[in-house]
Order: sequence, then C-alpha cells, then structure tokens
Amino acid sequence: MRDAERINSLSDLSLGSDCQIVSLELSGLLRRRILDLGIVPGTLIRCIRRGPSGDPTAYMVRGTLIALRSEDAAQIFVRKLSNGEECV
Amino acid sequence: MILSAEKKNNQFTVALAGNPNVGKSTIFNALTGLHQHTGNWPGKTVDNAQGIYEHQKKSFLIVDLPGTYSLLAHTVEEQIARDYLCFANPDVTVVVLDATCLERNLNLALQVFEITSKVIVCLNLMDEATKKDLVIDVPSLERELGVPVVATAARQGKGLFELRKKIFQVASGSLQPSPRQIKYSSDVENALKELLPLVENIANNTLSPRWIALRLLDGDQSFLRSLSNYLDIDQASFQFQDWEESKCAQ
Repeated sequence: MRDAERINSLSDLSLGSDCQIVSLELSGLLRRRILDLGIVPGTLIRCIRRGPSGDPTAYMVRGTLIALRSEDAAQIFVRKLSNGEECV
Repeated sequence: MILSAEKKNNQFTVALAGNPNVGKSTIFNALTGLHQHTGNWPGKTVDNAQGIYEHQKKSFLIVDLPGTYSLLAHTVEEQIARDYLCFANPDVTVVVLDATCLERNLNLALQVFEITSKVIVCLNLMDEATKKDLVIDVPSLERELGVPVVATAARQGKGLFELRKKIFQVASGSLQPSPRQIKYSSDVENALKELLPLVENIANNTLSPRWIALRLLDGDQSFLRSLSNYLDIDQASFQFQDWEESKCAQ
C-alpha cells in the first residue's frame, strides 16, 4: 500500500497502468490547455501506447485518448493506483 | 469582421459554441438548410459561418463559431469564439456538447455560463451515445446546470424542432435560464468582491461584470486588449492596470 502512494511523474508510467493526477507543474498556455482537456488533480488516467521512439505517449482520460510529449508529461505528477483500486 | 454581422431589426442572433468535432456545423446546416462544409476533423470551422432560418415567423441569424475546448487560452479559434460571445451579445448561445464525452465538454459550458445567462445546452451525438450504451438523465442535467438541455442527433435530424422551440423561448425572454455559476476559493471570491464595483461601471449592462473581473484576476492580456478594442475604454483598462500593479506591490 505504501508503495502505491508514491508520487511519480506521468512520463514514468508504464504501458497499461493506471494512475491519478496529483499536481500539474506546468505553467501558462500549456497548463491551461491540459486543464481544459480534463486533466486536473484527482483525474484518473491510463497509459495506453507509446510512439515508436518512445515519444509521444497516448493516455486515456475521461473517455478520450490524448497524446502528450514526454517533456510535458514529466511535469505532471501522479499517484500510481494498485490493482483493485478504481480504474479509468 | 464577424462582429459587424448585419443584424436586421426583429432578427434574433444565435451563437453555436462547442468543443471541436461535436457536430456544430451539422446542427448549423440542419437548422438553416445550408450546406456549410462539415468534416470529421477538428479546426474545420476557423472563421464563423452565418445562416438564417425562420421559426414562428421570426428570423434567426445563426453563427457557427469555431470549436474550442475553452475560452481562456489564446489560440485564434478561442479568441474568435470568446470575442463573439462577449462582445457581439447574441440573443441566445447554444453550447453543443458531445453526449459521448460529457465530462470533458461541460468545461466549456461552465465557461459560457459565466459570460451569459441566455444559454441552451444541446446534447448532440445522442445516437453515438446510445451505441455506446450511455444513458443520460436529461432532466437531472437540466436541473444541475440551470439551463434548458435539448438532446439531439443532428445527422438524423432528431431533436431539432425542440431545439428551435427552446431557442425561440430563450430569445423572446419567455424562458429565462439561470446557469449554474462556479464558486471559487474564498481568496478569489474576496478579490472578486473588491473588483466588482470597479468593473460594473464599464460592463455597460452587456457584459457580465463577474466574467470581466475573473479575467482581470487571470491577468488575461488578450481579453483586456479585446475589451478596450470593442468597448473603446482604453482609459478604464489603464486604471485597472494601475489597480493591479498597486495590488501586486502590496
């Protein structure tokens, strides 16, 4: 359980795993856009697939697939969900 | 540009707002009988298309705004949509939502609610939602949002009569929505309280003072520029900058 509480960045998430957004350390327009797409603290998000060179990564958020660059995803902090916790 | 859209006497103007790719242009075509180009990709409507239809012997000028996720960021589309909603003062704003991803779409609806109370929510793509086994409790949604909610499947022409009827009722004032307002943290609300009396002078009864005050707190330069352009209030906005600076200095 303690392990599951660890805070990671979204870009470290492995394929297929679920997490919950904790905070966004982005600023300006990019922050605004990410928030407008429904990625806000508390949102559940799943890592779906990665581009050929490992970037960008597609995430499932509120029923929509959204691709983020890893440099941007690295600024978004998440709490990994352990098996059995509510999923996306 | 679009704000100079000739509005004839006795004609109601209706703005269509919504996220990209929710079927605004399809609704536009269905209402007007025009063939504005529709396509299944975002950003298709970059400027505004306009058309006219009649209902109950009244003429309605309908404006198809570019699709946006928000009115707060600063892409060209967002500025066009925001400036139209804020400064062209449409008689009715129809927010078109994708019934299959309601959660993400409601963000824009709540933003529009802060600008105007003459709002109707159009829940489009109901056919797609049904295919996905989604059931939407429209009366509850209506109650939660405080505005009329009309479910449509514009491609099949479903729900459009109801939409026309509601547009007519809101435009003529026989139906007065009271859209749900977001309450912010007490810090923000206190700052708003302080700003509101200053803003009300320039709001001129057409713009929501609360919306202006919120954008001022945002430090939204793009909105300030539009505000002084359209309302010709350079003087007032400079005073605000002074006010802001003095606040920041404190």
